[in-house]
Amino acid sequence: MTSRRLVLTRTAAIVGAASTGLLLPQIARAQGNKVRVGLMLPYTGTFAQLGVAIENGIHMAIDEKGGKLGGREIEWFKVDDESEPAKGVENANKLVQRDKVDVLIGTVHSGVQMGIQKVVRDSGTLCIIPNAGVHAATRALCAPNVFRTSFTNSQPTLALGKVMVDKGHKKAVWITWKYAAGDEAFEGFRDSYTKAGGTIIKELGLPFPNVEFQALLTEIASLRPDAVACFFAGGGAAKFIKDYAAAGLKGKIPLYGSGFLTEGVLDAAGPAADGIITTMHYSDSLDTPRNKQFRLAYAKTFRSQPDVYAVQGYDSGQLLLQGAAAVKGDLNNKQALYKAMESAVIDSPRGRWTMSKSHNPVQDIYLRVVENKENKVIGIAAKALADSGAGCKMG
Amino acid sequence: MDLANFLIQLLNSVQYGLLLFMLAAGLTLIFGIMGVVNLAHGSFYMLGAYLAWSVSSMTGSFTLAIILGAVLSIVFGLALERLLFRHFYDRDHLSQVLLTFGLIYIFEEVRSILWGDDVHGVKIPDILSASLPLTDNLSYPVYRLFMSGVCIALAIGLYLLISKTRLGMKIRAGAFNRDMAEALGVNIKLIHAIVFAMGVALATVAGMIASPVSSVYPNMGSQVLIISFVVVVIGGIGSVRGALIAALLVGLVDTFGKVLLPQLAGMLIYMLMAAVLLWKPEGLFRQ
Amino acid sequence: MKANLETLPRALQAVVALGLFALAVFPLFGTDFYAQMVARMMILAIFAMSLDLLLGVTGLVSLGHAAFFGLAGYALAFLTPAGEAVSLWWTLPLAAAAAGLAALIIGFFVVRTHGIYFIMVTMAFAQMVFFLFFDNKVLGGSDGIYVNFKPSAGLFDLDNKLVFYYFTLAMLLLVYAFLRRVLFSPFGRVLAGIRINEHRMRAIGYSTFGYKLAAFSLAGALAGLAGYLWAAQSGFVNPELMGFQMSAHAMMMVILGGMGNFAGAIIGAFAFEYLLEWFKDLPAIGAVHLGKHWQLWMGLFIVLVVVFAPRGLLGLAERRPRKATSDD
Repeated sequence: MTSRRLVLTRTAAIVGAASTGLLLPQIARAQGNKVRVGLMLPYTGTFAQLGVAIENGIHMAIDEKGGKLGGREIEWFKVDDESEPAKGVENANKLVQRDKVDVLIGTVHSGVQMGIQKVVRDSGTLCIIPNAGVHAATRALCAPNVFRTSFTNSQPTLALGKVMVDKGHKKAVWITWKYAAGDEAFEGFRDSYTKAGGTIIKELGLPFPNVEFQALLTEIASLRPDAVACFFAGGGAAKFIKDYAAAGLKGKIPLYGSGFLTEGVLDAAGPAADGIITTMHYSDSLDTPRNKQFRLAYAKTFRSQPDVYAVQGYDSGQLLLQGAAAVKGDLNNKQALYKAMESAVIDSPRGRWTMSKSHNPVQDIYLRVVENKENKVIGIAAKALADSGAGCKMG
Repeated sequence: MDLANFLIQLLNSVQYGLLLFMLAAGLTLIFGIMGVVNLAHGSFYMLGAYLAWSVSSMTGSFTLAIILGAVLSIVFGLALERLLFRHFYDRDHLSQVLLTFGLIYIFEEVRSILWGDDVHGVKIPDILSASLPLTDNLSYPVYRLFMSGVCIALAIGLYLLISKTRLGMKIRAGAFNRDMAEALGVNIKLIHAIVFAMGVALATVAGMIASPVSSVYPNMGSQVLIISFVVVVIGGIGSVRGALIAALLVGLVDTFGKVLLPQLAGMLIYMLMAAVLLWKPEGLFRQ
Repeated sequence: MKANLETLPRALQAVVALGLFALAVFPLFGTDFYAQMVARMMILAIFAMSLDLLLGVTGLVSLGHAAFFGLAGYALAFLTPAGEAVSLWWTLPLAAAAAGLAALIIGFFVVRTHGIYFIMVTMAFAQMVFFLFFDNKVLGGSDGIYVNFKPSAGLFDLDNKLVFYYFTLAMLLLVYAFLRRVLFSPFGRVLAGIRINEHRMRAIGYSTFGYKLAAFSLAGALAGLAGYLWAAQSGFVNPELMGFQMSAHAMMMVILGGMGNFAGAIIGAFAFEYLLEWFKDLPAIGAVHLGKHWQLWMGLFIVLVVVFAPRGLLGLAERRPRKATSDD
């Protein structure tokens, strides 16, 4: 008897507390003089490391310039998007509607990005994309308030085709996962490779995130191409590299790829990765004073080595700084803000780059080869490469 | 597809199938003998892989990692059974599903706290790192043959254990009729603990053995979980023989499906399972 | 199967009524964001109730229920053209009916299995549907599709967040009332009988296959209703809405709240979602950011619930049942 009453009163108490809990936050949001910056990144799950790197880069950029945006203090808001597309819209709304951020920086996963894109297009909130390469964000779904500081999925592979043909590999097999990012990476490869005179003898795909490559590696061997081009990332990339070598294809059929094949996985892949040629808008080993300075500072501050994601985060910070400076911190002055960001020149560790008309970086794509667990830069595969921005209608 | 290609793909199918068997064996054991649905199976696999990585990178020896890992996993399995699972044998499947789902969350987070979220590689011991040439441009990694060998040894070992030893007899008795076995003097509590620990150890060791080939990364358990369940269900719950046949079948369908029907490749295994269950609603070799 | 509460003790009914009142007046005090959040919880509650029909009433443990939730959402996305809104009045029933039809077709294959096999084969079909949408660009592919405009309702404007909230609340109450009617109808009694002892029902002469299939299809249609609302609210559908994770979450909501009487499903949905938010928003203590490790707290909570509250939250508050009959 007493236990039941106890439970009932407790339930009532919980319900009461819960409702006040729900009501409370909206009482306290006074609009101070701080700029509200919202970070929507993966803090858990497969891409957690990328989220951390991006955030580190953002903080580093802003702290370097005094920790303020256009003279105003910053109030940070964070949401873990868990790389879960089903929650993309609701998580973005947490920042845009609940926390009323002035700018939303996010995210890594393209499926989640689609959710963010919907919310920021509807609300007009300034949004900076520090990684997700989904084409639509700066093509069909572009918007004046959306800027990307990373890449489109096809940019790295757009620079790959000609390189392969120049090296005499005129017949290639393409392999990737069958999902949006893989399809978009293929688009870049197909366009550049066929334009340069190459023939794609077969396009292989396996379901995402399947990592049993044996069947398709056997298929590649029987097709006897001059070279193989691919797009894989993360754990799957490490496995592909190792399986490729273990199947004896390494050395017999040269392997090329979008740079993500060899990003963050070289420790795991080991010597199997030596000789793989990739194209990407950055490389850890880029031998420029700017990059060296950046890497030193990052390592000192965060006690770990930066990667392309940290650079993209850093550049997001720089872009925001430039925009805020141009409007002296008044982020509501949208016209001037957007204009400043559109015409920004970013002095990035990857090299200087500018914004394309559809708000995507126009940047150099480097040619890299793996040597001893490092992506050594051996040249520039494409200078000032811009994404087509096809279908983007702004303003 | 010419004959050589076909044969090699067949080899790929068998090798993949054997690996799946190693993954599914632990699941079908726990499932079949004790009636416990264990969704955390994939997490054990992942823990095994991370264990293999950290021990082998600390000590430099892969063999030591496997031995140590096997021992640790048996201890872990015993502890888990004693503390948690023991109280769930009589509960309905739903509670078990919920319990193990909660465990998945916990294991993922613990893994993240202990080992971080990076991608890691485990080095194959040098004696096993060669490749056997099959054709002029394709070789077969010796390590995969080694894995297949381990799986076959495992299959034989399990078979002998379950059908030829006293322990196996008791296990089968306990699975068939628990109360009767207990009345006849079989220490059911101990049997259950042993079987559970074996199941956990099988999953963990599978993760360790496969780690050089699969790499070690977050969320690697969830992919393994679903396919293990598919194998177990196709084979018939509780049947180790069924799990072996089902695993080989799934290996065949997956391998040839990727090459011949890439558009449907993602769905093929599930279509296979649905087809089998429509024909034999309790799996191929129901107990 | 234990833990099925069909009626609530008086005192608890009062608490539930209080909660309902709170829901009704809530948006008048909160901001738009919270109205949206609670509306989303209500949509999930409808989804959970539809699963409860299967789980708690009929005893069918379906791990693939989200397939129907997602299918209806996609139906709305496909039906909505790029430039204008569609009418709510024919798209809602159509989407729900489509989901129900899919459930009928899948159910025809699936309902003939039992026990754990049923669980697995429902999961398999859901995975198939997931991959169908994930792998094929023509269906939207892995990045999903937008619902460009919220459906228009003519008489009222769904773009207004408050209006949408009350519409969802109305749907929630309608579905609840409907399901309660079903529960105590002859049809519902047969379903309960099937859950308790299917062989006996067959022996008496009921075609259990037909009844189970009907329940499966009805539950699918109701899940579709929830999915439609979800798509309308968020404006974005993706394959993950049909996935295993979504189904598992719904299952946890139903079990958490207490199975069998639909109020439990509603409570479970709210409690689960709210708890998830609460865990994620935990502050940092020193160097340890508690909120970051929300998965750990969530996992521990789930384990605690299963061990100590096998009949869910409602079960905790219920009077201890008399000695179990042989049917349990």
